[in-house]
Amino acid sequence: METRSIMIVGVGGQGTLLASRILGNVLLRQGFDVKVSEVHGMSQRGGSVVTYVRYGEKVCAPIVDKGGADTVLAFELLEAKRALPYLKPGGRMLVNTQQIDPMPVIMGNAAYPAGITDELKEKSELTAVDALSLARQAGNQKAVNVVLIGLLAKTTDIPFDVWTDVLAETVPAKFLEVNKQAFSLGYHA
Amino acid sequence: MKKLLLGNAAAARGAYEAGVSFVSSYPGTPSTEITEECVKFDNIYCEWAPNEKVAAEAAVGAAIAGGRALTCCKHVGLNVMADPVFTASYTGVNGGLVIAVADDPGMHSSQNEQDSRHYAKAAKIAMLEPADSAECKAFMKAAYEISENFDTPVFFRLTTRVAHSQSLVETEEPAPQTVKDYKKDAAKYVMVPAAAIRRHAAVEDRMRQLEAFAEETDLNTVEDNGASVGVISAGITYTYAKEALGDKADYLKLGLVYPLPEKLIKDFAAKHKTVYVLEELDPFIEEHCKAIGVQVIGKEAFSLLYEYSVNNIRETILGEKRATLPADGDTPVRPPVMCPGCPHRGTFFVLKKLGLTVAGDIGCYTLGAAAPLSSIDTTVCMGASVSAAHGMAKVKGKEFSKKLVSVIGDSTFIHSGITGLINTVYNKGTGVIIILDNSITGMTGHQDNPTTGKTIRGEATKQVDLALLCKAVGIDSVRIADPFDVKTFEQIVKEECAKEEPSVIIAQRPCALLKTVKYTGHCVITDACRNCGQCLKAGCPAIAVKDGRPVIDRTQCNGCGLCVNICPFHAIKKEDA
Repeated sequence: METRSIMIVGVGGQGTLLASRILGNVLLRQGFDVKVSEVHGMSQRGGSVVTYVRYGEKVCAPIVDKGGADTVLAFELLEAKRALPYLKPGGRMLVNTQQIDPMPVIMGNAAYPAGITDELKEKSELTAVDALSLARQAGNQKAVNVVLIGLLAKTTDIPFDVWTDVLAETVPAKFLEVNKQAFSLGYHA
Repeated sequence: MKKLLLGNAAAARGAYEAGVSFVSSYPGTPSTEITEECVKFDNIYCEWAPNEKVAAEAAVGAAIAGGRALTCCKHVGLNVMADPVFTASYTGVNGGLVIAVADDPGMHSSQNEQDSRHYAKAAKIAMLEPADSAECKAFMKAAYEISENFDTPVFFRLTTRVAHSQSLVETEEPAPQTVKDYKKDAAKYVMVPAAAIRRHAAVEDRMRQLEAFAEETDLNTVEDNGASVGVISAGITYTYAKEALGDKADYLKLGLVYPLPEKLIKDFAAKHKTVYVLEELDPFIEEHCKAIGVQVIGKEAFSLLYEYSVNNIRETILGEKRATLPADGDTPVRPPVMCPGCPHRGTFFVLKKLGLTVAGDIGCYTLGAAAPLSSIDTTVCMGASVSAAHGMAKVKGKEFSKKLVSVIGDSTFIHSGITGLINTVYNKGTGVIIILDNSITGMTGHQDNPTTGKTIRGEATKQVDLALLCKAVGIDSVRIADPFDVKTFEQIVKEECAKEEPSVIIAQRPCALLKTVKYTGHCVITDACRNCGQCLKAGCPAIAVKDGRPVIDRTQCNGCGLCVNICPFHAIKKEDA
């Protein structure tokens, strides 16, 4: 099979790294060759963050280039817009509708763009959910990342149990119930 | 068993399987996790050293004593450790010695984009460069074989995309962790001129042997697809080339990037109409090719700047352009910011308010240069805040000096700020040095250091008393203050700036991300708000203007309470969760 590319984008602190690690290990279990690329350090501090997940029979580059992503999983609306050029034309966009103002907007030097959802709908195969509300419903607003992994899981043909097994191995035991609930809410959103 | 491992974790696994018994490093993105992953193997002694030079010297000592030793750093850390490294090339080793260095093309988390391969050539030390996690493990093991077989330290070069990408690794059983006999050998280990003169000759002999090794080692591989285009590449760039060109090119993939082979390259080039050298940053391989008379296309077609990409390689070599979807209009940038609850925010709020000139340093607090805090005037390297401020003060005189401070984190101060402080005192300098003591090495992801009282394994140890240390070098005025108590903090900064002698303020408040820090609830702007905008000057990501008034976003706010202290009209209240 051709190598498939997923891009996970968000704001530093939203838990994109954990999401990409869960995804990577699920794909490993399905017998794929997998590469996951992360960025650590300064950009993790509230800036735009991107992780790439690529899988197939044999993966070469760990990075997804412009026009190369089959799926973009966006943890924040503005970051979804920023990632648009990376999506293959007609690719799938899974979006959390949460908005987090970047510093130029906070300072009044820029406006948070209006109409992002419409633009995404026009340019991609869009699914938009309010993952923050679903995470709160699951019992912890920090579980946004696991809600979104649930949303992504639904678009694959990988069985539900494989995801929850990997989830159980990845998150601390005391948060497992909340995370399972969050995953399920995302999956059925 | 196959595991999905980060390049850095795979490098650590390789060290474990190679029987490494000693690791000493200073954290630095993107190299930090190699050492952190080594800690997970109980039988490897690991430590955080105060800086890279100390770490490398400790590793040299461990190797001379007969153990296999590892030291890890980021590219600029290699500058700090260069002194012992150049001479360790002369002494050679006993147990194997590997220096892992992680470059950062594109500067994801660095102050420059230097290419460490030049160090291999300058220090006459072999350098290996893996392209994925499986190679990280395999090459680390190969590096120890080369180190002991050729009696040399070996560089293990990573770039961010290899260090911080996960890919599949087959784990194997570790080799026994043996420590060789140590025999006194002054002619080899005491680098006084008489001995060094002979050792330099030994180094040149070793280089000839390594050059012969470069021709035959299976670290260098040729992939023949019967194409007319040949690509010579190494590390991550090889994976980009392979992705972009597939079987439309043949590849000479170099795992040993120093010394480079001559015959292998000539033979490969002779079979191809066009040969490209694909390498990020400097034309290191390209210059070698041209020096041995091989015509290649390199930097005339590709950039000296930043990272390469699959698209760029495909476009340049094949002329194929990929369709993309541009976004409409402007997408505002999202630069990194200090976290909600960051102790540095209080410090920079005050420094900005007082309009001081601020010599900065390397750490999370470098974000104090970004708007709206916009406080920092200079950032050069670890430790340069204290010493650069000293130079500024000497040139500009007393009055300028009264509006000048330097800021440096606790770990950075121990790394190389203390020497600058001794210089200021010894040479009768002035100025205020603010040590931002957040109880941890923050930017690299929470490593303990000599000021935290804990070792890399979390065991209790002696703790450097920063105040006593500063007094011991001759600072008479050392004050400890909480940067969230903005009024008192501002007063202290004013008082210390007025003095005509050097003084130290220790701004003490722990990093908000530490598990021991438990802020609860959140802050709320009440009707008493007069819309003065003071709270917005703190640059907190939780406070933004909505419909013309500041509002606190409850999902972002962690209830740290700094804004409560900043508001001049007591209009911000803390609410319980």
